[in-house]
Amino acid sequence: MDNAAKSSFVYVTYIKATPERLWEALISPEFAAKYWLGNRPEAEWKVGGAWKLVFPDGAIADVGEITAFDPPKRLSIRWRNEWAPELNAEGWSVCTMELEPVGEAVKLTVAHGIERENSKFIAGVSGGWPQILSNLKSLLETGSVVLPPREARP
Amino acid sequence: METNDDDIFRALADRSRRRLLDRLHATDGQSLGDLCAGLNMTRQAVAKHLAVLEGANLIASKRQGREKLHYINPVPINEIAERWISKFEQPRLSALSDLKNDLEGESYG
Repeated sequence: MDNAAKSSFVYVTYIKATPERLWEALISPEFAAKYWLGNRPEAEWKVGGAWKLVFPDGAIADVGEITAFDPPKRLSIRWRNEWAPELNAEGWSVCTMELEPVGEAVKLTVAHGIERENSKFIAGVSGGWPQILSNLKSLLETGSVVLPPREARP
Repeated sequence: METNDDDIFRALADRSRRRLLDRLHATDGQSLGDLCAGLNMTRQAVAKHLAVLEGANLIASKRQGREKLHYINPVPINEIAERWISKFEQPRLSALSDLKNDLEGESYG
């Protein structure tokens, strides 16, 4: 994982699904749009591939590059905000998702960090991830999300 | 180690453990030593409380060199909030009604 990042968080959720199904949910744009509050991740899913997060209106929220792609275990993205100048100025962050089977569930760990103190970007995404992860868990376990897609960007 | 609501509420029903969560909320990614500083608790007691919190998935930990760093994990608390609150703030989306079938189809099996 990203060691020594100056601003970071680590979030964990347990989801009753197979690692393969959860992995598919992480990388399928159509599926992700259902739990990612309407935003859609798009990427060339391989190491070195370009990655972006697209707002419901088509504007680019974030851009980056896949730095680890090991299905269905580990996905790492070099990630930078693209739409808010002050967040863009903070530069590159690293987001790593790790999947680990535990009994009938999968432990999903999301760590996101940046090499700067008191990062506003990390503060921003750290508020979004719990909602996204709750939605993802609910969608995979029950077939519906708890928070519907937003109509517009925040 | 899958957690359930009972584990979460049991873990939260203790002032010392809520205080540890407050400290991680203020400064995330602390070691056991960091968390013990300024607390009127033995290192063993803090370690035990952290184990209960981790068992309830309210904190996550990660190794960094020789240290184990603790991070507050708000995901279970978010799920509790949404269980009772979300109904009042969002209409249900009809588009989601056939999602369950999609999900249970072979393509995601």
